[in-house]
Amino acid sequence: MDVLTPRTLDEALRLRAETADAWPIQGGTDVMVELNFDRARPRVVLNLNEVAELRGFARENGTLRLGAGLTYTECRRELGETLPALAEAARTVGSPQIQNRGTIGGNLGTASPAGDALPPLLVEEAEVELAGPAGRRTLPLEEFLVGPKQNALAEDELIVAVHVRPSGARQTFMKVGPRNAMVIAVASLALAVDRERGEIRAAYGSAGPVPRLVRAPLDEADGFPDRVAEAASPIDDVRGTAAYRRHALRVLTARALERCAA
Amino acid sequence: MSAPARKLERGRVGEAVRRADGIPKTTGEFAYASDLQAAGMLWGHTVRSPHAHARVGEIDISEAVTMPGVHAVLTHADVPGTKLYGLEYADQPVLAFDRVRYYGEPVALVAAEHPEQARRAAEKVRVEYEPLEPVVDMERALEQDELHPDRPTHEPDHYRDDPRANVVRSILIRHGDPDTEGDVVVTGEYELGIQDQAFLGPESGLAVPDGDGGVDIYVATQWLHVDRAQVAPCLDLPPEQVRIHLAGVGGAFGGREDLSMQIHGALLALHTNRPVKIVYTREESFVGHVHRHPARIRMEHRANRDGKLVCVHARVLLDGGAYASSSTAVVTNASSFACGPYAVANALVDATVVYTNNPPCGAMRGFGAVQVCFAHEAQMDKLAAALELDPVELRLRNALAPGDVMPNGQKVTGSLPVADVIRRCAELTVPEPEPLPRDSLRLPGGSGNVTRGEGVKRGVGFALGFKNLCYSHGFDDYCAARVRLFAGADGALAAEVHCAAAEVGQGVVGVITQVARTELELDDVTLAPGTTSTVDSAGSASASRMTWMVSGAVAEACRAARGELGARGGTLAPGEEIDVEKVYRHPQTWPLDPETGQVTGERAHVAFICSAMRAVVEVDTDLGLTRAVWIGTAQDVGRAVNPQAVLGQIEGGTAQGLGLALMEEIQTRDGLITNASFTDYLIPTTLDMPPVDAVLVEEPEPDAPYGAKGVGEPPTVVATAAVAAALRDATGRDLTRVPVRPDDLIGL
Ligand SMILES: Cc1cc2nc3c(=O)[nH]c(=O)nc-3n(C[C@H](O)[C@H](O)[C@H](O)COP(=O)(O)OP(=O)(O)OC[C@H]3O[C@@H](n4cnc5c(N)ncnc54)[C@H](O)[C@@H]3O)c2cc1C
Repeated sequence: MDVLTPRTLDEALRLRAETADAWPIQGGTDVMVELNFDRARPRVVLNLNEVAELRGFARENGTLRLGAGLTYTECRRELGETLPALAEAARTVGSPQIQNRGTIGGNLGTASPAGDALPPLLVEEAEVELAGPAGRRTLPLEEFLVGPKQNALAEDELIVAVHVRPSGARQTFMKVGPRNAMVIAVASLALAVDRERGEIRAAYGSAGPVPRLVRAPLDEADGFPDRVAEAASPIDDVRGTAAYRRHALRVLTARALERCAA
Repeated sequence: MSAPARKLERGRVGEAVRRADGIPKTTGEFAYASDLQAAGMLWGHTVRSPHAHARVGEIDISEAVTMPGVHAVLTHADVPGTKLYGLEYADQPVLAFDRVRYYGEPVALVAAEHPEQARRAAEKVRVEYEPLEPVVDMERALEQDELHPDRPTHEPDHYRDDPRANVVRSILIRHGDPDTEGDVVVTGEYELGIQDQAFLGPESGLAVPDGDGGVDIYVATQWLHVDRAQVAPCLDLPPEQVRIHLAGVGGAFGGREDLSMQIHGALLALHTNRPVKIVYTREESFVGHVHRHPARIRMEHRANRDGKLVCVHARVLLDGGAYASSSTAVVTNASSFACGPYAVANALVDATVVYTNNPPCGAMRGFGAVQVCFAHEAQMDKLAAALELDPVELRLRNALAPGDVMPNGQKVTGSLPVADVIRRCAELTVPEPEPLPRDSLRLPGGSGNVTRGEGVKRGVGFALGFKNLCYSHGFDDYCAARVRLFAGADGALAAEVHCAAAEVGQGVVGVITQVARTELELDDVTLAPGTTSTVDSAGSASASRMTWMVSGAVAEACRAARGELGARGGTLAPGEEIDVEKVYRHPQTWPLDPETGQVTGERAHVAFICSAMRAVVEVDTDLGLTRAVWIGTAQDVGRAVNPQAVLGQIEGGTAQGLGLALMEEIQTRDGLITNASFTDYLIPTTLDMPPVDAVLVEEPEPDAPYGAKGVGEPPTVVATAAVAAALRDATGRDLTRVPVRPDDLIGL
């Protein structure tokens, strides 16, 4: 296995275009599990950890640019005010070690229905910036997530950043799992009560093939828990039953509404 | 030797002594079996069955042997000696022939230069399977086709002859008059899922050929000599040519009693004449060792108005999975303890363990007592409710005590302070509920941030459990220790102790050195590596027996060495040495009569240990999530050899019992394990485990060296029952199955 370590984004993009089967690796918290479980043997790994352009976050006139390499620990420590649901989600991810290594870009790259960064970003109507030989393109997160562990990334592209215009809405993130830490969501929910735009936005995880956004006008709050539960399409698996997942979404939505109402 | 005890720097029996392996394990410096290396080493890999039940036809290795780096591909045809092995009954193929009976059963072996090459070659071994319908339901197994041509029940000398299909062993105990009626009757049906030992160090070892046809095996195991007794016949070697050495053990909990890579590694090493290392992956580890038996239990308790139990009926069915392992002993234990540590004059206990095509089950901490404790304690709470009695009071009124006769006919002797542990535990102060708001980490759901107090109800549960110490039912159990006493260059005395006791994390290394220092009144005591080549068997690191047994053996060897030293005038010249080996045996036990289930001599079990536990939980009753808040426990320890180590065992054992109550379960579909990873087999984290207030009840056991009892199992036996009781209190639901799922807690 070869490891390519570009120093700049341009170099990374060039290597990516030249080496079609190269696997990008950032924190490695998903990639290394694949290798460890002998599920994949990439010929080439493209190590993005030295690419400064992918790190950290920046404010750009009213929007936030979150680098693909932004870690959960950084989200938790530095975005608590601007993107509170994302910061709360970051706190639920794995353990401190995983939060130190795991990144937003990696979560998007994996595109798991259980990815904890995804519901809070959906609720904030985030856009994903991709770069490839043909240049840059930006698409809404909803369009980026196309199926379970499938996204709109082309073979020769990299995820560069996520752009968010913080809504300032009251928001929260909750995750249900049978263990109190280090657990993959059995069901999760991010919810924002956006008074400025007069709407409620919620996004669920682990309750359908992709995390999905559900909206309603503010005055339809009463029926919203049912609406979220019905929008989901959960399944029975080793982690939980479909019936439980739907039930949990109903409870979480009701509680989140109350939390964000005050 | 009557001088006042010298002050020892490093701690004698009864003192809190720091573990020698504590810091190395914490800092990552400790060498586990998976860290073993040898020059010229090859890597072994096991080809495993993807089916739970299938006929095995042709095994074609022709492509695999030509793969890069491959040195050997072996099948059952390459096993030179006996083709079957087993802890108590040899029914398990070294490598499958004719049939595979469980998912993950070893079928072939590969040795290659690199582990990756071994894995790739393993994929090229072509095995012709004809899938058969798997037997997966323990109840139906009794009527389905036999999975084994022979089984223990066909040996009526030892075992009750049970004509039903697939019975590994059944025990029927009739005690007093089982038709006795009571004023109040409660019944219940209970179920337990498959728990895994979930040790963190996967199975691993290194086999090194000695050039003379023999082999040295370095392995993480629980009993070196019983490994040798099983390995040597399969290799067709005399025992002396198989030397087994203990490698760093990353947890065991019963899961390393059965063999894993020992024979396989040795076969490959002898075949290639190269050292061969085998390390299981995590997924393999989940299929590569036996689990705790899942159970279905039905109980009926009859009592009088005054709260005295008059009769108990218990029907226990255990799923042993594909091979016998230690099922024959687990089911006996389950029958012995089915009525709990309560005096009851009449009982009918019917306990059966069956073969299925589910994952093989065998030894795990608590060994048959965990399953029945979950059931009898639920019953005692039901009975207390029916009688409108305080559950603690009900237990006190029925507490078993020395002099009482157990259902198997054994009269309790020695120390068994059941009433004492109940009282001492009940006296502990239960913490007040913490005020809200709180950090979500201190609420059900923990880091998931799901509640700020909504839906949260508190529950408190109490449970009592007991089990035996040491091996039972006539097993000729012993432990050897050897002491070398010599003078160093400066003339000062020093000692080296040899003992094959497996340090599996329980701290037996500390016990051995504490005993030797105490008996020799010497600081300078070192412990030689555990091996079959310098000392006789120490027996198994199981059954809460090791502290008792090594204390006896080491103390005897030390006393003999000191006697000899006295005879030589109290000093040794440089170069002079005393070398003695002693064998210690615990009081004798007797088997049960196969027909009546009554003990055929004075005792069936050597001695007993008991423990009471109170658990406080908070349950989010809308989501079915739990936070364990506090555990208080009083445990009968005889005498604490090392109080710090005892507390460690109590906390760890409690975590394992709590895990079974709340989350730990091997899930299967048609016999295939569907959660063979730590992603989906969940064990408690630090956020799931509450603080433990533990009281050590010290009433020395008259038959045990220093009065010390083993302490590893009681917390696991009782914790599952205690946590389940607290969950019932919080939710008002029956919760008859563990692990309790969120769905169960909310009644979905
Ligand atoms: C013990 C443990 C616990 C975990 N707990 C959680 C949890 O609670 N919640 C949760 O959501 N996840 C969890 N995960 C999964 C993982 O930590 C997250 O998905 C994390 O966000 C992945 O980020 P990473 O930087 O480590 O990704 P990597 O493993 O480096 O990459 C993940 C995927 O993204 C691709 N990729 C990475 N960066 C880019 C890029 N810039 N452009 C294009 N593709 C890219 C990679 O090729 C790969 O396919 C856990 C993992 C472990 C091992």
